Amino acid sequence: MPFACIYVPNFPVAAALRAEPELQARPVAILEGKPPLEKTIAVNEKAARMGIAPGMTKAQAELCPKLALRLRSPLQESAAHAALLDCAQSFSPCVEDAACDTALLDLAGMESLLGPLPAISRAIYNRATALGLAANIAIASNPDAAVLAARGFPGVTVIPAGEEAEQLGPLPTEVLFANRLEDAPKEDEQKKAAARLLETLDRWGIRNLRGLAALPAVSLSERLGQAGLRLQQLARGTASRTLVPVEAPPVFEEAVELEHPIVLLEPLAFLLNRLLEQICARLGSRALATQELRLTLGLENLTSSNQQSAINNQQFVRTLRLPLPMLDSKVFLKLLQLDLNAHPPGAPIMKIHLAAEPARPRSAQGGLFLPPSPEPEKLELTLARIAGMVGENKVGALELLDTHHPDGFRMRRFVAEVARKTPQKKSPDSAAATAAITALRRFRPPLRADVILENDQPVRVACPKKKDVQGDVLWKAGPWRASGDWWEREAWSRDEWDLALRNGDAVSFYRLVHDLLGGWFVEGTYD
Amino acid sequence: MSSAVVSTSAALGRPFVFDGKAVPEVSLPAEPTEGRPPQRVRPSLSGATADPRLAHVTPASQLDIRPAPEMVSSGISALDALTGGLPRGCLTEICGPASSGRTTLLLAALAAATQRGEFCAVVDASDALDPQSAAASGVELDRLLWVRCSENSPPKSRAKQECPISRASLAREACPELVEWVGTSSQVAFDFERTNSRQSEHCLEQVLRATDLLLESGGFGLIVLDLGDLPQQAARRIPLTTWFRFRRAVENKPTILLAIEQHPIAGSCSSLLLQLGSVDELATERRKNAAHGANRGLAVREEAPEGRKKINLPAQPEFDFPCPPHAQLFTGLDITAELIRSRLDRKPTRSVIFETKAAWAG
Repeated sequence: MPFACIYVPNFPVAAALRAEPELQARPVAILEGKPPLEKTIAVNEKAARMGIAPGMTKAQAELCPKLALRLRSPLQESAAHAALLDCAQSFSPCVEDAACDTALLDLAGMESLLGPLPAISRAIYNRATALGLAANIAIASNPDAAVLAARGFPGVTVIPAGEEAEQLGPLPTEVLFANRLEDAPKEDEQKKAAARLLETLDRWGIRNLRGLAALPAVSLSERLGQAGLRLQQLARGTASRTLVPVEAPPVFEEAVELEHPIVLLEPLAFLLNRLLEQICARLGSRALATQELRLTLGLENLTSSNQQSAINNQQFVRTLRLPLPMLDSKVFLKLLQLDLNAHPPGAPIMKIHLAAEPARPRSAQGGLFLPPSPEPEKLELTLARIAGMVGENKVGALELLDTHHPDGFRMRRFVAEVARKTPQKKSPDSAAATAAITALRRFRPPLRADVILENDQPVRVACPKKKDVQGDVLWKAGPWRASGDWWEREAWSRDEWDLALRNGDAVSFYRLVHDLLGGWFVEGTYD
Repeated sequence: MSSAVVSTSAALGRPFVFDGKAVPEVSLPAEPTEGRPPQRVRPSLSGATADPRLAHVTPASQLDIRPAPEMVSSGISALDALTGGLPRGCLTEICGPASSGRTTLLLAALAAATQRGEFCAVVDASDALDPQSAAASGVELDRLLWVRCSENSPPKSRAKQECPISRASLAREACPELVEWVGTSSQVAFDFERTNSRQSEHCLEQVLRATDLLLESGGFGLIVLDLGDLPQQAARRIPLTTWFRFRRAVENKPTILLAIEQHPIAGSCSSLLLQLGSVDELATERRKNAAHGANRGLAVREEAPEGRKKINLPAQPEFDFPCPPHAQLFTGLDITAELIRSRLDRKPTRSVIFETKAAWAG
């Protein structure tokens, strides 16, 4: 039963490089600790070649001019860990979260789905690279052998069943204690015990796993006890155990903390693009999309000397709700840009946190004979652009309100997916017989009118704001009284007249309203 | 009516194409004399056909014929009989003054398109669309995108803001016979016109950009550009290149681009131009008389329509009309539609008259 291990070496550096890919060409060191006592805890290969080692102080590391120093970021590391689990879960449902930098997955039965083991290992490697992780992949017949091979051999390693001892033989004995030495706190008992065992083996002249595997088991047990036997089983690749599967929570968050605040939206777009690509890659690896993006910007603390007021822990939150699940980082970026242009954060940005609410991708069945409909992604961008021009509440679909108010409606979001109704076929005769409905063309807001009355009836109307709407009343019908909402504060009550006005040679029909709380208004024209 | 696409080759060295045979234009080798350009000569036809460079050139007689656009119903059968419908992939202009039936035709076209299952968009330059009329016309509101480009923002409290109470109105309320004509100084009037002009420009810019974006987005069956209330001066400022761009953008797409305006402004870019108008003054009189029909033996509704209450006025003075206004009803308009231009039809100008009815007319 094959198992695969995904191991990300030098995890703090890998997490930083995932957040800032442009650092890959430079020596990088990760600092931890409170200023001014920061020390390097991890360095990449280029930094190591320049003499930078873990444990150096910040002042020592800064002597190297090209070195990029970054503070350890728990947010970045948790995002990288989540990406690691996403990568593993995209290949197998049975995944063990062995460590923050290690994930084990059970590949039983996967060969018939995904191909031979070398192809699977390469696919895992490519997926991890796409998620921004430089990982070592190893496949072996038991989980511990896979972990040892992934920690010991760079790149992709596939160990055939029965050849574990031979393949693992050249690895140094430190590989056996790597997790205990790295993860445990400094004064931990486990770490001390591991260091003692390693020292003992070193004194015996055992430098690699081949030497440890060749020792007689009884003698080893007499000297090191069960711990020694366990180590020998690991070195021979014969230790077996069952995986402890975990189900990664569907949390898709990416964050970046900035050393220097961002003031302009353009550089912010570059960072957002990177975060969005990472989130979309993670969502894609789990065959998911998103319908809601939540952007939280941590703003710089602003202190106004004039007003003596300080704004602390300021956060700027924008939520982008989409009508349909989407997975296109370019569209998301454009939508966020348009949203931030319309609602700019009021202070320099120090931290960016982006979260996506996962949703099942939409499944749409196209048809050759269906009428065309706008593409949801394009439409959403178009609507956002138009809303940026005319205002958010001025673009969308209409919804009539359950009221007798003559202009009772509200705007709602326009969605290009509407449940299709069965078209009602009309006979040609009935279509010909049905006359078109005379439409009212509204003036918004209604035009205030000066009205000459004779016997309480309008005989001449003029609108000072619209010169076209004036003239003698040729014909009139009304008044029609309408009222409503008397139980609320916004009660309305009015009389309506339908008028034909002569303005020069032209005759036009209008709706004149006498608001019983106000004055006379021309509400619209019949057109 | 179909038209052939013919290309001409005027560049140096490119072939002239005649039916069935291509004649290349070639340059003679450079003369030994300096300063003289190479002389161009046309070789004989027999020698030209042998040139392998001309193998890919399509003769004019074999060029594709531009297909006639698909016509769809405008929602009004009389108009369909006049024009054959509205052409897809083309710009259609409908122009006319106020109360000429433009909006009625617009809503009928929208209703027909949405009932076909298409998505439609209205770019409304003056925020004039009436949702109740749209619903009464049969427009499926879920499929209609409304872009409101007017400068006036919708009031939060209609009862308070749409009908503001002013001292003047209160005075008029107290004394209805009193008429106040607003007297404005010339300076105030000038400022008002200038502000209006600026607003119109801004609004027009929004309309054109929104239309551009919607055309670019694609997928709409009908896009309506409602410039019906835009002042003529502002509408005339739309450059012809914009209409050419719209025509090009909508070409080869299953979209109908419909422009509503007071006067035709798109020039030759529109494939169909309809001039609407209410029936002439005499007809208006007929309409007026029809509304008075109780005394003339014509059908008239004595009862108030649904949602409207008749008011008992305290004292009914003498009327010029045969019956009081509350016994009359606006029942609709008679619309004249005149086909001014159609790319598909070169017959003489024709017109049709059709009736519309008010939503409450039954």
